[in-house]
Amino acid sequence: MKLVKILERLLSAIPVALGVALLAFFSMRLLPGDPVEIMLGDTQASQAELDALRRELGLDQPLHLQLWDFFTGLLRGDLGTSIVQRQDVVEILATTLPATIELTLATLVVAVLIAVPVGILSAVRQGSWLDRLVLSGALLGVSMPAFWFGLLLILLFAVELRWLPTSGQMDPAIDLHRITGFLLLDSLLAWNWQAFLSALKHLLLPAFTLGIVFSAVLARVIRSSMVEVLRMEYLTAARAKGVPEWQVILKHAFRNALIPAVTVTGLHLGELLGGNMIVETIFSWPGLGRLVVSSIFAKDYVVVQAAVMLYAITYVLANLLVDILYTVLNPKVEL
Amino acid sequence: MSLPKPLPLSFQRWNALWDVLVRLARNRTGLIALAIVTFYVFIGIFAPFIAPYDPSQTDLSARLSPPSATHWFGTDSIGRDILTRTIWGARVSLVVGITTVLLTALAGMLLGMFGGYFRGWFDKLTARLTELLQAFPDLIFAIGMMAFLGPGLGNLIVALFLKGWVEFYRLSRGETLVQATREYVEAARALGHSHLHILFSEILPNIFPSILVLATLRVGYFMVLEASLSFLGVGIPPTIPAWGSMISEGRNVLFLAWWVSTIPGLALLVLVLTINLLGEALREVLDPRLKERV
Repeated sequence: MKLVKILERLLSAIPVALGVALLAFFSMRLLPGDPVEIMLGDTQASQAELDALRRELGLDQPLHLQLWDFFTGLLRGDLGTSIVQRQDVVEILATTLPATIELTLATLVVAVLIAVPVGILSAVRQGSWLDRLVLSGALLGVSMPAFWFGLLLILLFAVELRWLPTSGQMDPAIDLHRITGFLLLDSLLAWNWQAFLSALKHLLLPAFTLGIVFSAVLARVIRSSMVEVLRMEYLTAARAKGVPEWQVILKHAFRNALIPAVTVTGLHLGELLGGNMIVETIFSWPGLGRLVVSSIFAKDYVVVQAAVMLYAITYVLANLLVDILYTVLNPKVEL
Repeated sequence: MSLPKPLPLSFQRWNALWDVLVRLARNRTGLIALAIVTFYVFIGIFAPFIAPYDPSQTDLSARLSPPSATHWFGTDSIGRDILTRTIWGARVSLVVGITTVLLTALAGMLLGMFGGYFRGWFDKLTARLTELLQAFPDLIFAIGMMAFLGPGLGNLIVALFLKGWVEFYRLSRGETLVQATREYVEAARALGHSHLHILFSEILPNIFPSILVLATLRVGYFMVLEASLSFLGVGIPPTIPAWGSMISEGRNVLFLAWWVSTIPGLALLVLVLTINLLGEALREVLDPRLKERV
């Protein structure tokens, strides 16, 4: 029964995915200006060069044929070739994706580690200084431009204190064989402690930049749902049965307060991905976000188009996952 | 001036906007926020008279000079005065934030109200379109758009607009759907009022407060988006002083001069924070019952 609902929900994402692909297709072709001329803009390209590039991108074909090629290419997993790097776009994306996933996961870990205890404590001690701090911190977190916050952290921890490196994913002097592309995992697999430490040090600042900002929002959500749950009668019942207070709060209350937190995390994923783009640029983190930004400047539209599409699909899938997780956490909710 | 006692406030009369201002001024947070925002607007409008230097005037002998009596917030890598450029930068943020909100609110409100009231194929079509747009995170959509449109103030507002109206659309549509089932709408229909009259004179005043709150919060949001895009170099062209691009310039000299990116960032943070506070105060003032809902 539930499986059918999940399948239905999965199928409903297909038209959105198709729309995203269509939008990506038309964005390059319908906007003002000739994309080929823009791509070769800085170099005084000859007419022959323009024609050659146009042919290579298939832009000399009639629109319906271009559309056909685009979609059959998608089905075959072919997103075209980067005109700048002269490399298969799928390959380029595959090398950058692990770095972005690693950063996103680290961000979530940081955010949860901060937000869960802080959110619970401020709900239990409502009106205390900690509680007021959480509420104002949440407002600050919403208003904070992530890129500027990242620079402040660099200024403090890399420039002044010199505790952490400013950029990159690992010390370039360290030789590490890449298996999965997740450097923390790879260095563990290779039993290389030096590499592991270096990767961890490089990960800290970008993960904290994104994680602290997000934890402000998350802590507020956890606080308000905890406040509501703490009023419930079943907690009084649990206390009356002699369940220790910490168990009442952690086991009985927090579990039920978790649902809104999961939802917000999922909904926030889009912003997290967007923030990734900026924070990756600041810290020269070799992920998908930095790829998009550098491709925009290199006028490598084939890559931009593919990466933006990948972002959108990831976002849709993440929202889907949240919906499904929601039903698992709260069996009363129907999809 | 006597305030209408029964809350929440109704927007039947358009001078209700004045009532809102009076109520905001009586709310402590609201008053402080109003004062700071007014200060920023004042500085932005009168930038040429207030700023001590010319924003593009370079002074190579005073490159990267730290904050001092002659340059309160120091200078950047080609000797331009940071205080001056920060003051001028307020213009871009305010213009982008306010213009984008006005445009997105108007478009989203109209589409949402018509969709929620008349339903039909047009409503279905817009709903599908918003679903599609929502598949893109805001910043990524804007960056993608700017990649194709190229930098510029007008292009930036267009890029933010193309997706920004969705929030207002969803809010107005949802609220209109609820209001359309209320008795007063039925009564107006029975009295023979036209659909347009019902939409704009009966329903709009009732949904306007929530739109106003959303609009306030969105001003700050669009400012951060603009600064992010300018920071990445795809927003405002570097010839115009904007906080985002100033922060980006400061990034290159972070090791030498902390003030170059810190000052404009602080200006942005304070403004956005104040606007968000104003939104919260507005929410309280418009409907005190909302306060309890976190």
